[in-house]
Amino acid sequence: MAQARGQVKYMTFGEGGLTIAFSALALLSIVVAAKAYTPGYAFHAYLFAAASVAAVFAIVNRYFERSDKPVPLVIDGKPNYNMGPVKLATVLSVFWGIAAFAVGLWIALELAYPAFNFNIPYIEFGRMRSLHTSAAIFAFGGNILIATSFYVVQRTSRARLAGDLAPWFVVLGYNLFVVIAGTGYLLGITQAKEYAEPEWYADLWLTIVWVTYLLVYLGTIMRRTEPHIYVANWFYLAFIVTIAVLHLGNNPAVPVSIFSPKSYIVWSGVQDAMVQWWYGHNAVGFFLTAGFLGMMYYFIPKRAERPVYSYRLSIIHFWALIFLYIWAGPHHLHYTALPDWTQTLGMTFSVMLWMPSWGGMINGLMTLSGAWDKLRTDPVLRMMVLAVAFYGMSTFEGPVMSIKAVNSLSHYTNWTIGHVHSGTLGWVGFISFGAIYCLVPWLWNRPLYSLRLVGWHFWISTVGIIVYIASMWVGGILQGLMWRAYTNLGFLEYSFVETVQAMHPFYVIRAIGGGLYLIGALVMAYNVWRTVYPRERLVPAVGLAPAA
Amino acid sequence: MKDQRKRGPKPPAAVGKTGHEWDGIEELNTPLPRWWLWLFYATIVWAIGYWVVYPAWPLVATYTHGVFNWHARSAVETALASLRTKRRPMMRRLGAASLQEIASTPELLDFARALGGRAFADNCAPCHGAGGGGARDYPNLTDDDWLWGGKLAQIQQTITHGVRSDDPKGHQGDMPAWGSTLKPVQISTVADYVRSLSGLSVEPGADLAAGKKIFAANCSPCHGPEGKGNQQIGSKNLTDDIWLYGSDKQTLVQTITNGSDDVMPAWGQKLDPVTIKALAVYVWSLGGGEK
Repeated sequence: MAQARGQVKYMTFGEGGLTIAFSALALLSIVVAAKAYTPGYAFHAYLFAAASVAAVFAIVNRYFERSDKPVPLVIDGKPNYNMGPVKLATVLSVFWGIAAFAVGLWIALELAYPAFNFNIPYIEFGRMRSLHTSAAIFAFGGNILIATSFYVVQRTSRARLAGDLAPWFVVLGYNLFVVIAGTGYLLGITQAKEYAEPEWYADLWLTIVWVTYLLVYLGTIMRRTEPHIYVANWFYLAFIVTIAVLHLGNNPAVPVSIFSPKSYIVWSGVQDAMVQWWYGHNAVGFFLTAGFLGMMYYFIPKRAERPVYSYRLSIIHFWALIFLYIWAGPHHLHYTALPDWTQTLGMTFSVMLWMPSWGGMINGLMTLSGAWDKLRTDPVLRMMVLAVAFYGMSTFEGPVMSIKAVNSLSHYTNWTIGHVHSGTLGWVGFISFGAIYCLVPWLWNRPLYSLRLVGWHFWISTVGIIVYIASMWVGGILQGLMWRAYTNLGFLEYSFVETVQAMHPFYVIRAIGGGLYLIGALVMAYNVWRTVYPRERLVPAVGLAPAA
Repeated sequence: MKDQRKRGPKPPAAVGKTGHEWDGIEELNTPLPRWWLWLFYATIVWAIGYWVVYPAWPLVATYTHGVFNWHARSAVETALASLRTKRRPMMRRLGAASLQEIASTPELLDFARALGGRAFADNCAPCHGAGGGGARDYPNLTDDDWLWGGKLAQIQQTITHGVRSDDPKGHQGDMPAWGSTLKPVQISTVADYVRSLSGLSVEPGADLAAGKKIFAANCSPCHGPEGKGNQQIGSKNLTDDIWLYGSDKQTLVQTITNGSDDVMPAWGQKLDPVTIKALAVYVWSLGGGEK
């Protein structure tokens, strides 16, 4: 088209470079697929090849479609925001959320009724469990973090997202990682490090994607037209930078061969355990806490239309949180071969982390002062406020559980599962749902299909969380007490299998709670679907009205 | 939404804003909440105190041991030692007493059942079930039908040396696979006869007389002329209602054709004699122990 107008159109450096890079990756993947040691690895190599070929097609196609001028950064004095990648990541997070909750329900049923694995290796508990955790944290959580961070950084910097193809590469590349990781678990490809299960080639790919993410984010902040960087962006940036460090620190491995999925981690023994839980706990701290605090700092004041409660508190608790969290990992290894002094540091820093964590809760809740009445009328805000309440609860419970005396009861029991889920279902889930209910109408410039359905989602999922965590608390404490119970003759009161048997009713109740949570999420998916694709297409006037 | 904001109460007037604004979001300059700050300080003070008394900070070649001089490994050793001390008097009495004495002294019996019950749950329950009720292929230990004898000493012998284990003192001998000796029709006939021994229904037209002949020629050396079994060699009683592999015709045909040589490990190789003694008493006391 451009040529038809007699103008010369050149490929940008990014378009040309990516076309060559993806062509090379496609070629390499096909060679690896042909010589792969295992069928599972060959499948992954073909997936990489297919994705690379698709990327080349998409880039070349886009080159022919686009105008010969670069996309303007500003139109009529307003920033020309790049919301395409945000929309895609938002929709993907809804999709992966449903998948993660469904798999979670399935493995909950497998624990209560082991026959649910049907003797099919691909869906037995050990494989499905990592699928559930990765789908929930990295697929659902990761996509909504990418979506909201790209949205928030643009809006609060009043600048278009840096990079032309890079934001799309981040979203699509990240989701390719998710697919590689998830299918790998089912095929039995894992390096058996909790929350870091993907093997070396998936790790390498994620590194490329994540560094791009960091560059896009930094680039956008650097071209901001606001004098200061908003607090939400500090948290998002801390999340992106620290996850990069953690990922690189925990995953250095030597592959058996480029044609094999198997690799060996360079750390060994107790050092490996220490690095693993330094990673594991800060995945909680920086992925599930710092990232989602960034989300909270934008969406709560925005939705409540109130100023953030305390700027000073946000500074102090941000730096305190960042400094203290990174020490807390050893509390996952109490009463193990880890040296005593390391356990002490992990425990004491976890306790000191209590108030810095609560700083975020105070700022989230107190931002509503003067707007508490909105909780009655706005179920979206109600959802986000309950998320902050769950955040406060689980960031108190965490330090308590890190105290060695408490940990000797709670460790390895279902109490830990209850604690994690009050954080993930309550805090991460609800703040994300709130952000999705805000984002979808803003992105598609249409009113939300139904606020009533948000109310239903709120109540169904809240009941689900409470059923879930209450059953795991009671079950977990019972389990811990049974393990340590002695008779007056000096013998253990219960055998291990009796304690397993005692968990059955709690596993059933937990599955019910998880099922309710899934139903709530399905209600949300329907609501999002009807918002994006309204039936009444004949009244665009409502939908297209500028959002003031 | 904007109207509502006007109606709502205003934030504390004393607190000003920072003067920044991002996408409509402003920030108040509220000071740090006092209680928050003091609690934060309190946790720091507590942590410093904890570091003083417990092992805490790494040094070049060692670490700060703390004034309590506490060490996880010695703490575990102390706890285990105190448990051993608590059990020691009874363990000594148990070791010295004979099986009969244990069974007839209530105090010793209670202790042996406690020790044996724990050992049973950890070692035996995977095959024999948590309560010793057994399962298909794994004998029920709560009834009075014993393959190798139900007296205390016999149970102790079986546990210590096992059945068809790698211990030369273990019970030996298996049931041969008759599939290579008898024709399928003969096996079917004798299976019907075996079912008839315990009063189970047989197939219409089954030739029980022929079955009896086959049984007398091939099976009776081990199972006895009446099929009542023999605890000396562990052959099963075929006249009662208790079936290890199942009593249906198909299972019987399968058992006769392929034989059986189930293994129980020799626990004497893993557990100490006192624990095995306690285990023998525990199993004996489950319901079927013989005097």
